[in-house]
Amino acid sequence: MTTLTLARALNAGLRRALEDDPKVLIMGEDVGKLGGVFRITDELQKDFGESRVIDTPLAESGIVGTAIGLALRGYRPVCEIQFDGFVFPAFNQIVNQLAKMRYRSSGNVALPVVIRIPFGGGIGAVEHHSESPEAYFAHTAGLRVVACSGGPEAFTMIQQAIRCDDPVIFFEPKRRYWEKADVDTTASAAAAWPLDAARIVAEGTDLTLLAYGPMVKVALAAAAAAREDSRSVEVIDLRSLSPLDMKTISASVRRTGHCVVTHEAPVFGGLGAEIAARVTEECFYCLEAPVLRVGGFSTPYPPSRIEDHYLPDLDRMLDAVDRAFGF
Amino acid sequence: MSVETGGSSAAQSATQEVISPPLASAPAAAAGLPPDAGAPAELIQLLTPEGERVEHPGYPLDISAGELRGLYRDLVLVRRMDTEAIALQRQGELGLWASLLGQEAAQIGSGRALRPRDMAFPTYREHGVAWCRGVDPLKLLELFRGVSHGGWDPAEHNFHLYTIVIGNQTLHATGYAMGIQRDGATGDGGEAVIAYFGDGAISQGDVNEAFVWASVFNAPVVFFCQNNQWAISEPIERQSRIPLYQRARGFGFPGVRVDGNDVLACLAVTRAALQAAREGQGPTLIEAFTYRMGAHTTTDDPTRYRLAGELEAWKLRDPIERVKAYLVRSGAADASFLDDVEAEAGRLGAWLREACRAMPDPSPLSAFEHIYAGPHPIVDAERQAYAGYLDSFDDGASTPVPNVAAERPAVPQARGTGGFERSGEA
Repeated sequence: MTTLTLARALNAGLRRALEDDPKVLIMGEDVGKLGGVFRITDELQKDFGESRVIDTPLAESGIVGTAIGLALRGYRPVCEIQFDGFVFPAFNQIVNQLAKMRYRSSGNVALPVVIRIPFGGGIGAVEHHSESPEAYFAHTAGLRVVACSGGPEAFTMIQQAIRCDDPVIFFEPKRRYWEKADVDTTASAAAAWPLDAARIVAEGTDLTLLAYGPMVKVALAAAAAAREDSRSVEVIDLRSLSPLDMKTISASVRRTGHCVVTHEAPVFGGLGAEIAARVTEECFYCLEAPVLRVGGFSTPYPPSRIEDHYLPDLDRMLDAVDRAFGF
Repeated sequence: MSVETGGSSAAQSATQEVISPPLASAPAAAAGLPPDAGAPAELIQLLTPEGERVEHPGYPLDISAGELRGLYRDLVLVRRMDTEAIALQRQGELGLWASLLGQEAAQIGSGRALRPRDMAFPTYREHGVAWCRGVDPLKLLELFRGVSHGGWDPAEHNFHLYTIVIGNQTLHATGYAMGIQRDGATGDGGEAVIAYFGDGAISQGDVNEAFVWASVFNAPVVFFCQNNQWAISEPIERQSRIPLYQRARGFGFPGVRVDGNDVLACLAVTRAALQAAREGQGPTLIEAFTYRMGAHTTTDDPTRYRLAGELEAWKLRDPIERVKAYLVRSGAADASFLDDVEAEAGRLGAWLREACRAMPDPSPLSAFEHIYAGPHPIVDAERQAYAGYLDSFDDGASTPVPNVAAERPAVPQARGTGGFERSGEA
């Protein structure tokens, strides 16, 4: 075990992927000499060369579009989108081309492209640097959408995403980049927890609390606080947002009878809405309360001085837990 | 045609000379363009609209009588394919068709310039290039009939899927070319990429980004822009205030304008640009100056936005007639050859009609296939649920329709390179 920040764990995972497969490429803005604005690709260009770690021109559609071409040629590009809000110039290439190519080609073409996106708020950033655009991508057939929550899993998750023959949108919780944890850098990606499986990160019996990315830590804190009120909250890190691991989710809710979903993204049309609908369909007779959602407001992301009000925190989560039990 | 070094070519840098030889400077009328087409002087032409063979110092072309006949056959057959497809759409057999009428020379000339291992990225109108790459014409009809989204294997033909969102494929082509560089598959025996797009696409961000990428990475890609003068109803003046090929200069690579209705010029210019790309000289923008003689697609009505006289003027520059005139005049073909090609076109048409009508609809449940590499819990559950729903009816609608291929008569195929391949290919 090595103590690493999430950023270093991702860096180690990318390094391992580059070592394991000569077809793996890294491309994006400032990913080379600088090592990325968050240093996730630190030193990779120095060690693997400019041909494999590519500083691209500043055009996101170009990054994804040329990554598609490289994948058609047999490469496995890992694109970095510098910030969540900058992914939209590439949205067309992702949704119209990357996601659909296998389908359009009747299965003849695979596009194993990973698009890494630092997402979410909480770092006091200017606008367009704190977005949570995951629902747009989860809505698109042909994409896999995953979110890591911390270093130990991120190390293997990024390698699994790169090995996956589907395009993967890989969300990284940027406000957790600097948080340290023990990471087993000898862990095998092949033997690790499956990329499309959720994981119970705190067991409980009374309520299922679903979270992903940066919210997992908040959810764990909420569960700990609830325990002081003698409420046993089970926390599930969804990890995969598309596909959703409904098996794990529903099995938990059937046991607990209560379900709260949380994410930073606005609740309207968010992942929570899809999960609530599915949990209602699958666990109707076990539910003792409606599925509740705790998320960002249905507003644009606010200026950072008031972002703490926008981001779901411990108290809003406990409030939802209270409402679920009081129903 | 008089040939002299144009002032604009003199301004080109020395590094561009290999790829971009001096451009012809000839009066528009002599170049065979209608005076109102806005064609500036620089236009590479090897065969005039009257069927007169002319030389261009930058693009010498040795071509045998057999090769010429092959080009003629290609041109006639793809036009026939196009005509049949339009008719099939009118009869309700196709949902839509995007006609290539008038652009046959641009597509056959450039398509025949490709080596087998070169990769082509088409729009949705490159039926002539598809023909050159050996794609079954029925696969094209499949797409426009709504039976598939394409369905051919791009790797089998080195011909990517049709791309409908304007300009997207230029980035894929550029990325693919960057892959060629990383594979070390460059040099004389190496590979190159060609990206097709139209005059409307020149305004798209993706095309401009592709120009930037190709330029700064020196990617072995040829940008082949068929300027057919119209982006549905918008004339070229709505896309650009300068000739399109001149856009290349701002991105740092050469651009050339070729008579897009001259199959020989398109062949020679594309071949040179591909070779330059292979040899590490980076991208070239080729503007094939042509004309969309038909509607944008079968849903379009060009009489609402352009004058009939314009079409009449361009009919005098028909890409096929000039080849026919030259074949006959030079003695490269006689009447029986022309008759044979006509008869072959007739057979192709009959086959397309028959095979298109016989094309079965796919199974409804096939909609759930080929979305992900492996099983997917939500897609799989929906498929299962829908199969059960269909099974709840008595008519057996969920039973997959057997994929019976239509009886095929002897099909004129376009396999191979039409005799235009040079040595150095595996």
